[in-house]
Amino acid sequence: MSAMTSLKPTPAKPTRKMVPRAARGTRERDKWGSPATYFIAFLFIALCLGPVLYIVLGGFRDNSQITSSPAGFPSPCRFDNYFNVLISSSFWQQVGNSAIAAVTTTIGVVVLGLMVSYVLALYHFRGRGAMYSLFAAGLMFPMTVAITPLYILIKDLGLMNSLAGVILPQIAFGLPVTIIILVPFLKAIPDEIEEAASIDGASRLGFFFRMIVPLSVPGVVTTGILAFLASWNSYLLPLFILSNEATYTLPLGVQSFASQYSVDTASVLAFTSLSMIPALIFFTLFERRIVGGLTGAVKG
Amino acid sequence: MATDQRPLAGTQKTGDGAHRASSPAGVRPAKKAADWRKRLEITILSGPAILVFVGFVIFPVILAAYYGFFRWKGYGPATDFVGWGNYAIIFADNAFHEVLAHNGVILVLSLVIQLPIALVLALLLNQKIKGRSLIRVLIFVPYIISEVIVGVGWGLMLQTNGAVNDLLESIGLGAFQADWLSNPDIAMGSLMLIISWKYIGFAVILFLAGLQGIPEELSEAAAIDGASYWQIQRHITLPLLGPTLRTWAFLSIIGSLQLFDLVFIIWGQYVASTAGVSTMATYMVANGRTSGNFGYGSAVAVVMFLISLVIALTYQRFVLRRDTAGALTERQK
Repeated sequence: MSAMTSLKPTPAKPTRKMVPRAARGTRERDKWGSPATYFIAFLFIALCLGPVLYIVLGGFRDNSQITSSPAGFPSPCRFDNYFNVLISSSFWQQVGNSAIAAVTTTIGVVVLGLMVSYVLALYHFRGRGAMYSLFAAGLMFPMTVAITPLYILIKDLGLMNSLAGVILPQIAFGLPVTIIILVPFLKAIPDEIEEAASIDGASRLGFFFRMIVPLSVPGVVTTGILAFLASWNSYLLPLFILSNEATYTLPLGVQSFASQYSVDTASVLAFTSLSMIPALIFFTLFERRIVGGLTGAVKG
Repeated sequence: MATDQRPLAGTQKTGDGAHRASSPAGVRPAKKAADWRKRLEITILSGPAILVFVGFVIFPVILAAYYGFFRWKGYGPATDFVGWGNYAIIFADNAFHEVLAHNGVILVLSLVIQLPIALVLALLLNQKIKGRSLIRVLIFVPYIISEVIVGVGWGLMLQTNGAVNDLLESIGLGAFQADWLSNPDIAMGSLMLIISWKYIGFAVILFLAGLQGIPEELSEAAAIDGASYWQIQRHITLPLLGPTLRTWAFLSIIGSLQLFDLVFIIWGQYVASTAGVSTMATYMVANGRTSGNFGYGSAVAVVMFLISLVIALTYQRFVLRRDTAGALTERQK
C-alpha cells in the first residue's frame, strides 16, 4: 500500500498569483485558534497516539501488572523488558538486516529511477510513450498480486533466504512511483541549462552527471525516502522469501517474537515499541519531505 | 494538489528543445553519429531499470498466468495441465465468494468512514493556528508505523482480556465489552476500526495539502460577496478539492483490494475466515503457498490482478479521467 501512495506527484511551477498559502504564511502570523478546534484536534491526536503509547508504556510494565489491569500505567516502572531486548543479538541482527535491505533498495531505486527518468524526460525517440506507460502501469501491479510467482522466480534464481531476494523485487516495484515523481521533475528543469551546457561542450552523459544529478536532489530525496520507508515496513515479501531466522527483517522479527513469546506480553510490547523507533526517527527527520512527497507538493 | 495537475501536461514541450539543442544540424555524417550516440545513451541509461522492472514485475505476472493453468506443487517443471480447471474451482469455491464479499465491504466502508471524518478534520485544521505543524506530524504517526506493529499492538489491545475491554470497564461502559477479534459479528468492525486508525491520518494530510493549494483569494472574494463559511466550503473549497478526493479514493480502493498484512498478523490465515475478515490476499496465501498448491495460488493471483485492474481502469476511465491525464498515460496531444 505504501508504495502506491504517491501517485500524484508533480513539480509545480506556481505563478506568482497561485502561490499556495503554506508558502506565503509566515510563522509569526499564526494565531491561536478557537478552543473547540484545539479540543477536537487534541481528541483526534489522543486517538492516534493512544495505541502507540499503550505499546510503549506496556513495555515498562511486567506481566502481572498487565494481567491485573490491561489498560493501566506502569507502577512500578520496569526496565528489564527493554533491557532484555536491547541485549538480545537477534534484535540487532534484524535491525541490521532491515537497514541493509532498506538502504540497498533505496540506492537501487534512486539510481535506476533517475537514469531512466532522465531518458524519459529529456530524450526524444520512438517508443518513449510506450516506455513511460510500461512503468506507469506498474502502479497497477501491487506486490500482493505478483507474490506467488515472484516467490517461484526467486526460488529458481537461488535467492531464497538472502536479502538480495528481497531487495531486487523491491527495487523493481519501487521504480514506477520513482519515475512518476522524477520525470515531471526533470522536465521542469529549464531548457536553457542544457543549451548552455551543450554550448560549453558538455556531452549528454556529462550533462547528466554534472547538471541533472545535482539539480534533481530534492526529487531524489523524496523518492528515496518513500523507497526506504516502504522497504523498512514491508512484510509480505520477506515473509515469502526469508524463512531462516538469521535473515529476518524487523517486521518478521516482531511477528515471530510475538507468536513465540505470546504469553510474555510485556516483552512483546517492549520488542514492538523498540522496533518502531527507527521508522519514527526517520519520519521526524524527514517529516516535511515525506508529507510533501506523499501529497505531491514536490517543489524544486 | 488541485493546482498541481496542470503543469504535468504542460511540460511536454521541454523535451523537443533539449533534443534540438544537442544534435548539431546540417552535417549528415555528424548527425548519424549523434543518432548512434543517442541510442547508446538511451540503452545505457534505461537498460538496467527496464531489465529489473520487466524481470521482477512484468515477468512474474506472466508466469502467474502460465502456472495458473497447471496443477503444480512448486517442484520441477509444471506438467499437469488442467486448463481452466483452477479458475473453475476458484469461482465455485464458497470461501472465495466470502473473501470477495469481505474485500467489497472493506472497500466501501473505508471510503464511507474515512472520507467524511478526514474531510471535517482537514477543514478544521486548515487554519493558521499555533501548533498546526506539530498536529500535522502527530496525526501522521499511525501511517508511518508498519502494519506488523499496528497488528501486534491492536491485536493485544483487542483481546478479550485486553486493554480496550479493561478501559470500557473502568469508565463504566462494561456493557460494551466484547470479543472484538473472535466474534464473527464484530470482527469486521474491529478490522475497520484498525484500518481507519492507521490510514485516516494519510487522508487528512492529503486533503490538507489539497486545501493549501486552493488560492485564498477565492474564498476571500466570496466572503466579501457575503457568502457564509459553509457556503464557501460547499461551493468553492469542495469542488476545488475534487481531484485530491478522487485520487485519495483511488489509492484507498487499490489498498482495500490488496489488504493482507493486518489481517494475516492479527487473525492468522486460518482464524481469518472463521472470524469473517479473510481477504483475497489471505485466501491466496492460505490456498497457494501454505498448502503448496502453487498452480492454484497463481490462478488466484491472476483473478485478483484482473479484478484490481478492471476496477482501477473503470475508476480511471470514469472518475479520474480529468485529473490524471498525463500522470498515468502521457497524453500525446
